[in-house]
Amino acid sequence: MIDSMVLFFTMDFVLYALAAGISLAFVAGPLGSFIVWRRMSYFGDTLAHSALLGIALGLLTDSNPQLSIIVSCLLFAFLLTLLDRRPSISTDTLLGILAHSSLALGVVVLALADSVRVDLEAYLFGALLTIGSADLIWVLVVVSVVAIVLSVFWNDFVSITVHAEIAEIEGKNVNRLNLILVLLIALTIAVSMKIVGVLLITSLLIIPPAAARSMATTPEQMAVRASIIGCISVVLGLVSAFYFDVPVGPSIVVVATLIFLVFYFYPNVLKTRN
Amino acid sequence: MDIPDTSSNPASHSSTGTNACGVLLAAKSINKNFAEKKILENISLTIEEGQIVTLIGPNGAGKTTLVRIALGLLQPDSGSIYHRPALRIGYMPQRVHVEPTLPLTVNRFLQLANRQDKALLSSTLEDLKISHLEGRQLTAISGGELQRVLLARALLRKPELLILDEPAQGVDLAGQAELYQLISEISDRHRCGVLMISHDLHLVMSSTDEVICLNHHICCHGKPEHVTNDPAYLNLFGANASQNLAVYTHHHDHDHELGGSVKEHLND
Repeated sequence: MIDSMVLFFTMDFVLYALAAGISLAFVAGPLGSFIVWRRMSYFGDTLAHSALLGIALGLLTDSNPQLSIIVSCLLFAFLLTLLDRRPSISTDTLLGILAHSSLALGVVVLALADSVRVDLEAYLFGALLTIGSADLIWVLVVVSVVAIVLSVFWNDFVSITVHAEIAEIEGKNVNRLNLILVLLIALTIAVSMKIVGVLLITSLLIIPPAAARSMATTPEQMAVRASIIGCISVVLGLVSAFYFDVPVGPSIVVVATLIFLVFYFYPNVLKTRN
Repeated sequence: MDIPDTSSNPASHSSTGTNACGVLLAAKSINKNFAEKKILENISLTIEEGQIVTLIGPNGAGKTTLVRIALGLLQPDSGSIYHRPALRIGYMPQRVHVEPTLPLTVNRFLQLANRQDKALLSSTLEDLKISHLEGRQLTAISGGELQRVLLARALLRKPELLILDEPAQGVDLAGQAELYQLISEISDRHRCGVLMISHDLHLVMSSTDEVICLNHHICCHGKPEHVTNDPAYLNLFGANASQNLAVYTHHHDHDHELGGSVKEHLND
């Protein structure tokens, strides 16, 4: 068993999966913290669901699938922020309509384009073990961009999240910062699709920060601890997927959820030794 | 119609006679409607260096709207707002809701305003007597403490103009008098102008230069002693408003009783 586990973790596709999963979990920590703080989880869901429509349209127009996901996510994110500035429409209802109609439309378009065979399940629940070196490069590039922009604007993002109006009076361009943050979330969701799939992406973003909340006294602590919890979930999720022969994406989410439950019910579990 | 003429106001600190360059903020003929309802009608006001202007008025009179327009957070339907070029404003909003999912110490909150100047941070905390709160979570301090923390955040910008939306909200009566006294001292020391909203004229009387009584339009304005005797003020706050003032000075040490009676008077 141990031998086969060692063998498993030295195979190319497993190493690709680990590298992609861990680097995404690394930026998902701070980015997911913002989603939790700003109550944007439904927004993330909507973006993820719309990504499926992006895949369908990409296949129809015969363009690079990764690129078409990224473009459609960014486009949807931009549209959603525009709609969000019109307070007369209930954002909640609007997001609900957009999330499920774009998902449904994506499935319909994929079914109509019967010239191409698409593994729908892989997009819905993720297929981490099928990513190749080209996919890994996409992930690493996007993760680096997201990490750099996050660290440059970190204080500004925290400031507009705590109180947008004080931040504006203090000279921050709140609308522009909001848009940048939303585009970062869209980029991350777009490249996460192959890892956990459309239906589980938001959980990868919000469960680690939620688990880290009870251990943190500052935003920075929560973000870093969320990253660590996310990375542990990816590794343990991969191991248990191999061990129990279950799909990788869902088992990463299950591990993250178990960690969340432990910290939720025993918030001091790590403090007892101090 | 009503430009508060501060130069004729002896309480104003503009004794240098350099009014034109001492003006920090000037609002001219501001009008604002929300859904066909007139909220602000032809409002003009100016704030000069070292001058404290207090806005009073009943709930829904448009005080917060006027402050948001003065800050530039909201556009008026007509009229203009002048800010002195490169004016640094310290702003204390009426309500601050901190997400329970967002861990935030008082220290980290204050660093959002000014990350570099650690000496200014500790001296501001001392001035406001809140040094002991530095490591506490923002969600775990009392309403009165939160108001002081917000005031500290505004002061860390080294403001030339402080704009305070009900700074004494959630503070007990003894604390309110102290807080207004503190604001007055800050204004004196840094020569910064102050525009604030208050419900209680009698509490801010000693620390304000100019009172503007607002109920969608400017009902009356001037020195606090003048405004308390103005028919428009008495009409707005009830004839017993000035009697309450007498009651206040008389029963100075009966805070709990007074707290009830003041509330009653506000709901009129």
